[in-house]
Amino acid sequence: MDQPSDTTRRHFLSLAGSAAVLGAVPIVTLRPAEATPAMLASAIRNVVGEAPIRTGKVKLDVPPLVENGNTVPMTVSVTSPMTPEDHVKSIHVFNEKNPQPNIGNFYLGPHAGRAQVSTRIRLADSQKVVAIARLSDDTFWLASVDVVVTLAACTEEVI
Amino acid sequence: MASALINVPKTAKRGDIIEVKTLMSHIMEPGYRHTASGKMVPRDIITSFTCRFDGTEIFRTDLFPAIAANPFITFFTRATGSGKFEFEWIGDNGFSETASASISVE
Repeated sequence: MDQPSDTTRRHFLSLAGSAAVLGAVPIVTLRPAEATPAMLASAIRNVVGEAPIRTGKVKLDVPPLVENGNTVPMTVSVTSPMTPEDHVKSIHVFNEKNPQPNIGNFYLGPHAGRAQVSTRIRLADSQKVVAIARLSDDTFWLASVDVVVTLAACTEEVI
Repeated sequence: MASALINVPKTAKRGDIIEVKTLMSHIMEPGYRHTASGKMVPRDIITSFTCRFDGTEIFRTDLFPAIAANPFITFFTRATGSGKFEFEWIGDNGFSETASASISVE
């Protein structure tokens, strides 16, 4: 009687082992590729071209520690008099590790009075968020913030 | 179904800088998620938001999947005269919604 039960246990263990392997493989292969810092750099180059990017003038407000990456409040403000001669033309926001490097492009002008926009964004991982402002003299100014995300967005399973 | 929330001051003094807050209800499905059976959920997002004041564009946004569900966008504008703000959201699968708000400026 010992012999059959032993075989059954061994059989069960090997089945369980292969099931675990089979189960693990799709989870790994189904995850879409993340954007890489190189994609971030090329997305920024698409907007900026060959122009130099300077640090300053832009203020990017994102909480440094985020519990839920599905909705992260973000405010970008730029120091500018917002006159017809000297104003912010556009604000571009990028990320490092979401599936896509772009977050949003905001186009404003001297009539805005104040160069500030707010929205809520998604972050798929702990990463760097970059905001770039284009001024009326076609200079580019940058600010970046490192954000730690506890619960990631974008790539989770749909229930 | 789809609905917009707009917050614009009803009155303002000429030259004041006013804040415009907008929210459009939309799932903003990013197109990178899978069901439990491994099927890809197709992208369904708003791709563009525009605000016009008396027909002139004053603010525009390109949206990407990294914008959270129910896009909430706020911006500023200078009150130059009484008139009407018109808002327009355009997205995937023929999504198109408009809303408007009036302001009287002294």
